Amino acid sequence: MKLHVNGADREVDADGEMPLLWALRDVLQLTGTKYGCGVAQCGACTVHLDGKPVRACVTPVASVGDRKITTIEAIGTPDALHVVQEAWKQADVVQCGYCQSGQIMTAVALLDRIPEPNDAQIDAAMAGNICRCGTYPRVREAIHLASRLKRGGK
Amino acid sequence: MNVSRRGFLQGSAAGLVISFAVPNMVKAAPAAAQLPPVNAFLRIAPDNSVTVVLAHVEMGQGIWTGLPMLIAEELECDWSKIRAEHAPAAQVYGIPGMGIQMTGGSSSTNGEFERYRQVGAIAKDMLLRAAAARWKAPVGKLVAANGVITWSGKSATYGELATDAMKLKPPAKVTLKPQSQWKLIGTRVRRIDSPEKITGTAQFGMDVQFPGLRTAVVRRAPAFGAKLVKFDATDALKVPGVEKVVQVPSGVAVIAKHFWAAKVGRDALKIEWTQPDGGGVTTKEQFAEYRKLSEKPGALAADVGKVDTVLAAAKHKLESYYEVPYLAHSAMEPLNATVKIDGDKVEVWTGTQFPGGDAMAAAKIAGTTPDKVTLHTPFLGGGFGRRGNPAADFVSEATFVAKAAGVPVKTVWTREDDTHGGYYRPAYLHRVVVATDDKGQPTAWDHTVVGQSIMAGTPFEAFGIKNGVDNSSIEGIADSPYIERVPARRVSLHSPKNAVPVLWLRSVGNTHTAFAMESMVDELAHAAKQDPLAYRLALLSDKPRFAKALQLAAEKAGYGSPAPAGRARGLAVHESFGSIIAQVAEVSIENGQIRVHQVTAAVDCGTAVNPQGLEAQIASAIAFGLTAALYGKLTLEHGRVEQSNFNDYPILRIHEMPKVAVHVIESGAPMGGIGEPATAPIAPAVANAVFALTGKRLRTLPFDVKEMA
Repeated sequence: MKLHVNGADREVDADGEMPLLWALRDVLQLTGTKYGCGVAQCGACTVHLDGKPVRACVTPVASVGDRKITTIEAIGTPDALHVVQEAWKQADVVQCGYCQSGQIMTAVALLDRIPEPNDAQIDAAMAGNICRCGTYPRVREAIHLASRLKRGGK
Repeated sequence: MNVSRRGFLQGSAAGLVISFAVPNMVKAAPAAAQLPPVNAFLRIAPDNSVTVVLAHVEMGQGIWTGLPMLIAEELECDWSKIRAEHAPAAQVYGIPGMGIQMTGGSSSTNGEFERYRQVGAIAKDMLLRAAAARWKAPVGKLVAANGVITWSGKSATYGELATDAMKLKPPAKVTLKPQSQWKLIGTRVRRIDSPEKITGTAQFGMDVQFPGLRTAVVRRAPAFGAKLVKFDATDALKVPGVEKVVQVPSGVAVIAKHFWAAKVGRDALKIEWTQPDGGGVTTKEQFAEYRKLSEKPGALAADVGKVDTVLAAAKHKLESYYEVPYLAHSAMEPLNATVKIDGDKVEVWTGTQFPGGDAMAAAKIAGTTPDKVTLHTPFLGGGFGRRGNPAADFVSEATFVAKAAGVPVKTVWTREDDTHGGYYRPAYLHRVVVATDDKGQPTAWDHTVVGQSIMAGTPFEAFGIKNGVDNSSIEGIADSPYIERVPARRVSLHSPKNAVPVLWLRSVGNTHTAFAMESMVDELAHAAKQDPLAYRLALLSDKPRFAKALQLAAEKAGYGSPAPAGRARGLAVHESFGSIIAQVAEVSIENGQIRVHQVTAAVDCGTAVNPQGLEAQIASAIAFGLTAALYGKLTLEHGRVEQSNFNDYPILRIHEMPKVAVHVIESGAPMGGIGEPATAPIAPAVANAVFALTGKRLRTLPFDVKEMA
């Protein structure tokens, strides 16, 4: 079947029941999207379908259709960071780093929807993303910072 | 794990240390007095980049940034050109004075504080001498700064000088900068592993891929102590993508082209298991048995004065039981290991805190010698002790799978496998009986702990267990500043055995001993009708570091002034891994749930190397400890674990995370650790706050507001 991933059409040889997560990781070698729970509890596998965050671990690949898939690999690169990633770096968020692709995908979608979220809106949007290292205070800080950076502030 | 302070002698566990050929490197572990071989720890490239080889692994704690800071402080290099990489498994990377290559015990920074600074100083000395030789200049007149050496209008970068410098004989001794001259240590430095971790390009063990690699998912025993009777792989082999099904000691492995096929194949296996020997552990029965055991003293960790006599004669006596359950580490990256066996050569890729032990286990299983094993350590998606297992369980299993499959295999654990897989923080019960005088001061303290030994049966047993007492079960009690001054005191331990495998978890014994100690002291304060802070300060009158930490946390938290309506504050102070941490928690109860709004922490770790990283670790440890206090609970029924994923084994989420304020005390005391210690005080601080709010005492973790007595 055909998937539209990060701006390109990709042919994927996979069973339709296979979750999108494993098609991305094991078939297309896009390993930035992480496996954490397999049951939509932790958010490590968050990708965007047509700009909206979804849990790739419970999204059968056959259900994706012609929707546009965006993974962390298309958000920014170490040399060309997305503004949310820049904020993440400045706020020094990461610890082990394993959940951070999912955290950033959720945050990018949040800021697209709500450009200036308050703490309660951040908590509501990010509550599905578990971080076992407990980077939460800096996640909040980074989202506020990204909001300011996006609007040309510091 | 706190092995460094348990009296290991150098080379005492040399059987675990494996020597590998690392280019340009002295193979033997240096004696304490010798300087480290600089080439093993540092590379300077022509582009002026400085690559620091890390003897400790990055699992979130920030050592990827911390160890380079130590080198850079002395080397005077350009910080923007600093890189880091994990060391291979090799003897030279053994912890100084101990010899074992491992990451744990909150010891990476303090344990390497001398060695990594020495490496920087040695390299700088050699670079200076290389420049002096090139320019025929007096070495004492040269200036090294920001990766450049200058003299009399000439300049050369470290990159330009590195080749010449590394041909020189290293200095016999170096003088390290005094603290007053530090430029980097003590300043706020951001992590250098952010770029790859925020762009999805960081490589974790789970991300290892190469042509020909297959994925395995293993069906393991459903109950601890159960054994495989038989299995039928017919249906599993029909799943598209499944290539092989093999039996390994831990169960049955389904090997497929990719994870999904392996998992579907595993679900299709028909397997029969025995019932566990003796029926298996059942949580309720276990605690009943532990309670019975606790009524008599166990192996003695401390026995001073006539405890029984004082207790029998006491007018005022307080008796409390504290209980904590098994806990899984639940790192975000489920366990995994990739193994490739090629003749007598073995390659292993895995996020491990214990590279030497894992490489040795792989060698043994593959039927080769440790020098034929190359172990690669990618980033660890969390460790918390689970990835430092003396039993090398996940690497051993992956090696068995690869050997049986005859192809390179990545063995991946599902989240459910990870939760069910054992090596838990043991369940413990404390029975504490304290006699007090008319002023409420303890006159006798009888403390009995019951719980499995972590060290028993491991290579650490001979050093971790003295006179039948596993120190990791009682650390924080016998050496508590409160108990030390009680005239009659007894601390004893029962270490019953069962089939549930156990292991250290972030802050190890302190996860439960701080809860028992700081809850009991709070109970004593209230029984004496004294303010919990004043009561503690009186007991700590000759412990100025403890007193100062408590006072600072209390002051910054506004302790003493009324809490906002519907809230109350509780406090706790505890020493572990050489650091003293006081915390004040401000809590309320909302919709029948405990809500922790604010945690104010005062931290005395002697010297803070990177306050930026330190604050992250304090908040991290508080989140970890709060998860245990509010949620963490694994229960067993006939050897089967009853929880499986984050829906029934919850982890603290962002909306439950309190605001955390961290205040550092630069005491100048010997440097303590910072990755683990803040885990311990949070549970008692919250329990004590809940008591202040409701008058109800919580003595069991995790807290159950509904069951409050």
